[in-house]
Amino acid sequence: MWSKRREEEFVPRPPAPSAEPAREATPAAPPPKPAEPELPRGVASIGKSVVIKGQIFSREDLYLDGEVEGTVEVPENRLTIGPHGRVQASSIKAREVVVLGAVNGNVEASEKIDIRKDARLVGDIKTGRIIIEDGAYFKGSIDIVREPAKPVPPPRPQAPPVVTSAPAAPTPATPNVSAEGKR
Amino acid sequence: MAAVSAASGPARAQAGPYTRHSHGLEEFFGALRGKSGLSILDWAGASQANINFITSLGHRLYAEDFYHLLEAHFGPDFQQGQQEAARVEAFLAQTLSFAPASFDGVLVWDMLEYLVPPLLKTVVARLEQILRPGGCMLAIFHAAERVEPVPAYFYRIADAGTLLLSLRAMRTPAQLFNNRAIETLFARFRSLKFFLTRDNLREVIVRR
Repeated sequence: MWSKRREEEFVPRPPAPSAEPAREATPAAPPPKPAEPELPRGVASIGKSVVIKGQIFSREDLYLDGEVEGTVEVPENRLTIGPHGRVQASSIKAREVVVLGAVNGNVEASEKIDIRKDARLVGDIKTGRIIIEDGAYFKGSIDIVREPAKPVPPPRPQAPPVVTSAPAAPTPATPNVSAEGKR
Repeated sequence: MAAVSAASGPARAQAGPYTRHSHGLEEFFGALRGKSGLSILDWAGASQANINFITSLGHRLYAEDFYHLLEAHFGPDFQQGQQEAARVEAFLAQTLSFAPASFDGVLVWDMLEYLVPPLLKTVVARLEQILRPGGCMLAIFHAAERVEPVPAYFYRIADAGTLLLSLRAMRTPAQLFNNRAIETLFARFRSLKFFLTRDNLREVIVRR
């Protein structure tokens, strides 16, 4: 449960630029590479140097930091378009969409869409909920699709309490002669 | 950045976000009261406040950052190139290429002030086309008596009659608007209603 929550809150960030000037590498101690964001398990990833033209379908969370032209479907999971992500899509469908990069196309997020600061989205959105940070650029229409209220199941009759262990017996009013007392 | 607090008279601006009552906004949402599923075009750009408010009424919102597009097409002073046919065409294609009668309401805010007369005329004609008969529009004009920089705001809707304003920049309008000029501008519309605010703004409700 705890690890699942951490996974859901995960938003990889681009590595921070180093304040120090670049130094020449020595054979003994090569300069450390900037740390790539480490993805939690259960998240498929498309790196920033990847270009895909076609259809993407994922049954797990997808982190997309590359370039995609086509359609993206992640119907039951979360789709994150990373800061380097560039998506030109005729259709993007996911349970939850987080945009940090640039998207050109219509987006359907059955649960919610989160457009972060500096993200750019041009297209129409259909979603249950939208979060847009100041600084994000959005051009298009927003349709909030509210799920019809689920019928409340009738309350089940209360089952009698199940006794799993013998209750502590109250002290009997009548004197009880113990085995010790017999002796 | 422009010295916002130094501005005087009608152009006085408050830098920090502040709320103010808006009769124009009240009238705008009053006209839509009791209806849902309408289409609203908002030229203030997408903001959480406006999205929440408009979609909570059951309407569909089309968000467009008109200010940003003015800057992108016509340069930082908005006016460079407003006479160039190619730029104007690209601008109109990006901002107003909707089917006729697409919207029940348009929140124009103060954006019309930054358009030079020929483009302004074209934009107003397009607005008339995309607004459904009976639909209404909220436009804001500064009541300045001379052309001087005026505060351009981010317009956020706090509730049906309250705006949250935060300064975007100081901008010089392309021309001055008095009541007569505004009436002439919207001459083809069915009716106009003016509200003069304490901060020297004219809020105008235009009905098609």
